[in-house]
Amino acid sequence: MIHTEKLTKNFTVKKETVEAVKGVDIDVAPGELVAFLGPNGAGKSTTLRMLTTLLRPTSGTASVAGVDVTADPAGVRARIGYIGQGNGGGHSFRVIDELVMQGRFYGMNSSDALARAHELLTSLDLADLSKRTVVKLSGGQRRRMDVALGLMHSPRLLFLDEPSTGMDPQNRANLWEHIMRMRAEHGTTIVLTTHYMDEADSMSERVIIIDHGHIIADDTAGRLKANLAGDLLAVEVAAGSASGVRGLLGRAAAGGEVSENSYDGVVRFRLRLPEGARLAPALLKEMDDAGAPAQSLELKPPTLDDVFLELTGRNLREGANR
Amino acid sequence: MGTQATAAEAREKPGLGQVLHDTRFVFWREMLLPLRDPFSLIFSLIQPLVFLGLFGPLLGAAVGAPAFGGQSTLQWFLPGVVVMIALFGTSMTGSNLQYELMTGFYERILATPLSRSSLMIGRALKEWAPLVVQGLLIALVCIPFGFVFYPLHVLLGLIILGIFGIGLGALSYALALVSQNKEWIFWGVQQTLLFPLMILSGIMLPIEAGPAWMKTASLFNPLTYLVNAERELFAGGVGTDTLLGLLAASVTAAVGLVVGVKAINRNLN
Ligand SMILES: Nc1ncnc2c1ncn2[C@@H]1O[C@H](COP(=O)(O)OP(=O)(O)OP(=O)(O)O)[C@@H](O)[C@H]1O
Ligand SMILES: [Mg+2]
Repeated sequence: MIHTEKLTKNFTVKKETVEAVKGVDIDVAPGELVAFLGPNGAGKSTTLRMLTTLLRPTSGTASVAGVDVTADPAGVRARIGYIGQGNGGGHSFRVIDELVMQGRFYGMNSSDALARAHELLTSLDLADLSKRTVVKLSGGQRRRMDVALGLMHSPRLLFLDEPSTGMDPQNRANLWEHIMRMRAEHGTTIVLTTHYMDEADSMSERVIIIDHGHIIADDTAGRLKANLAGDLLAVEVAAGSASGVRGLLGRAAAGGEVSENSYDGVVRFRLRLPEGARLAPALLKEMDDAGAPAQSLELKPPTLDDVFLELTGRNLREGANR
Repeated sequence: MGTQATAAEAREKPGLGQVLHDTRFVFWREMLLPLRDPFSLIFSLIQPLVFLGLFGPLLGAAVGAPAFGGQSTLQWFLPGVVVMIALFGTSMTGSNLQYELMTGFYERILATPLSRSSLMIGRALKEWAPLVVQGLLIALVCIPFGFVFYPLHVLLGLIILGIFGIGLGALSYALALVSQNKEWIFWGVQQTLLFPLMILSGIMLPIEAGPAWMKTASLFNPLTYLVNAERELFAGGVGTDTLLGLLAASVTAAVGLVVGVKAINRNLN
């Protein structure tokens, strides 16, 4: 459905070159749901804009829905849907009018467009607002309208740039329900970016992590976490017996770092334990046998933030792990 | 991928038919604004009447009837006012766009399969459409004051203005894209160009009354031919002036659209 080779975008700002996207290779098969994850300015929107013909690549190639983005941009546009990062509704227009006209732009006839618009308004919880002008919608309502605009013509390939930003949890859940249903019914291929790590984590089968214009990881969320991070384990033992488990914990961390700090007569060890949930019981038993029983234990499954930290040495910005 | 092609995918290759088809929807969407809020139209009707009522008498008194080629002041001045409304309206085509460039609206429209030309034509025509009502209203109001109304000629005149307006609107659109994030450039250029062009076309005062260099300069101004054509038509004639006006309008439209599409594409870099 999507195939890119060395896709690159440079901007020139005041005679200086900004390398926004540095030669990315992406392959997306029909029906996949892929999330781009990365900090602000990583190049997510720029990549999406090149794939949707809103920006011309500086170099490299991209074929989208079987059409080359440079050779036939109009052909690409006829085959995709795009929900950009900004609000797409015209400010003085009524919600329903904008939806219907969007359908008309994509060649739907007026009765189909009207029916589809009402269907989307209902499922995105906007039915009461259909006659409001866009400027009188709240931020979250506007975002839902953007989503409705992008879904009007039921595209087979849909790009969404941070679709759920600004929505409350209820509406995020609605949005995802809608996307999942569309996917199940029509086999829609979906490429999205998100600031919400839990979304990338739980909803997409595949996460592409972008940093500084490079793809630094591309796999299922589960495998990314299992391969790179391991569960975060914290165990406390009495200060007197700490020396008996240092070697043991070091081996369990399999080369990873073991940090420790002591307070109030206990020593707290922290380490990454691959497959922690499976291995922790055995580890506890070994500690018992070594004469240093654990006084408390905390085991946290890794998040994509941990994956990012491990790959780059940096945290994904605030907001990402909300 | 499913086998059934969606309506958008079934589109023909972009050609004139497609442009007209798309223009219809872009225009229609734009027209929803005044239609949903008709009060905005009422003011646009009053404005030209005020201008005509206040400026016309002064003009007649100051310049004197002979300067108007034997026509009554009204017959001479009214087509100028109509052209002027068209100029003000269609040269504003880009001003809404400026705002929309800051929201996600422009990007949303650009991602649809709509042909680029239709984006500009549809909007320019929306600025032109009220003119049909305005022009007819002014003409009717002026009949008691000695204006002779030739409906078919006036209609043809409005159509030529529409063609010219497409060109000017597209140029305005391009200007808005070029001056993105710097609104003052848009207004600066628009104002700086519009007034000299208007004066040098004899729209408000007869150019024959001016010095020779002005007359020469006016020959290079497409607007001059447009104004002359409108004067001929409003006086009930169809001749060389009309033809030249139609030609000037068509050239302006073609140049405007080429420049406009270039500006849209340049913006993708
Ligand atoms: N039109 C432009 N002109 C100049 N530089 C740009 C332009 N668009 C993006 N950039 C730069 O390119 C880089 C990538 O931007 P991009 O918008 O793709 O980031 P992003 O990953 O979508 O970030 P965010 O999470 O903030 O939306 C940034 O450094 C940005 O400043
Ligand atoms: Mg972005």
